[in-house]
Amino acid sequence: MYIIIVGGGKVGYYLARTLINEGHEVLVIEQNPQKCERIADELGTVVLRGDGCEASTLAEAGASRADMLIAVTGDDEDNLVACQVAKVRFKVPRTIARINNPKNERIFKRLGIDVTVSATNVILEHIEHEVPTHPLTRLLELRDLGLEIIEVRIPPTSPVVGKRLADVKLPSPSVLAAVISRGRGALIPNADTVFQANDEVLAVVSPEVEAEFRRVLTGA
Amino acid sequence: MKVIIMGCGRVGAMLAWMLDREGHEVTVMDIDPNAFRFLPPDFKGIPIVGNGIDEDDLRRAGIEEADAFVAATRGDNRNVMACQIAKHIYGVPKVVCRIFDPIREDLYRRLGLVTISPTVISAKLFKEALEQ
Repeated sequence: MYIIIVGGGKVGYYLARTLINEGHEVLVIEQNPQKCERIADELGTVVLRGDGCEASTLAEAGASRADMLIAVTGDDEDNLVACQVAKVRFKVPRTIARINNPKNERIFKRLGIDVTVSATNVILEHIEHEVPTHPLTRLLELRDLGLEIIEVRIPPTSPVVGKRLADVKLPSPSVLAAVISRGRGALIPNADTVFQANDEVLAVVSPEVEAEFRRVLTGA
Repeated sequence: MKVIIMGCGRVGAMLAWMLDREGHEVTVMDIDPNAFRFLPPDFKGIPIVGNGIDEDDLRRAGIEEADAFVAATRGDNRNVMACQIAKHIYGVPKVVCRIFDPIREDLYRRLGLVTISPTVISAKLFKEALEQ
């Protein structure tokens, strides 16, 4: 694949290095001459000095034959514009933006950026995963399909403890994919599976029923 | 009309003052509190220290009830992002965006923003002045 990376800071540099090692054709666009020099010294001629939000720079970079553009500068507005120029003017099929302010994630999605990566949100999600008091973790959003994979931990106080799956009324659409239980290991549940305290339930749900799903399984 | 102006530089401040004089309800945003020195002492609008690409700050400035939004900071990308938030997320009826780079201006005009490029306008004016 031909991948253009806008922003040659730490994220851009390591991303470029990894993608080159994986055999991709990579070009980094960076404005700062020192950063350009460092990338050229260490990775070879894979850097173009310029403004990755400018159409002329992207034309020089051959954006119209790029399979993907990843914007990883430290400024959200620059990442947004780089992705939009790539998408609209050069028809780059896939655009990925790094987001610094997690509140911008929703905005970027509404404005047509394919994928957003927020380091802040990734860390927050890991905290949610590690902190057992938080009963629901969103593991993966299947955005185009309107589904997400979530994990719910069943607290000892939950009304479903000791009940069979067949006797628990879960909202639709939702499917239980696995139950990870301390005593029983991981199992694919059937109608007769009985919930135990501290079980971890992996499920595929639609975002609209997520809250109800959590309420049923945790009782909170 | 309730207007939010993002960026209280010379242009933003002058526009704020002109609209204020005509009796419009004007809120001016800038990340630098010093920028408000451009506003005249009799300005009756509201200056707000805040970032026009931050949703919380925009709501604090009243974006949900605004009739118009103008982005006049020095940063093209900041203006473009703020205007898209105002137009597409909050449905502000009238949104005008300053974009210095003519190529970017052309692109975002095609994407439906009302844009003003001072670069194009002043180059034209200079040329006209030279030809007179």
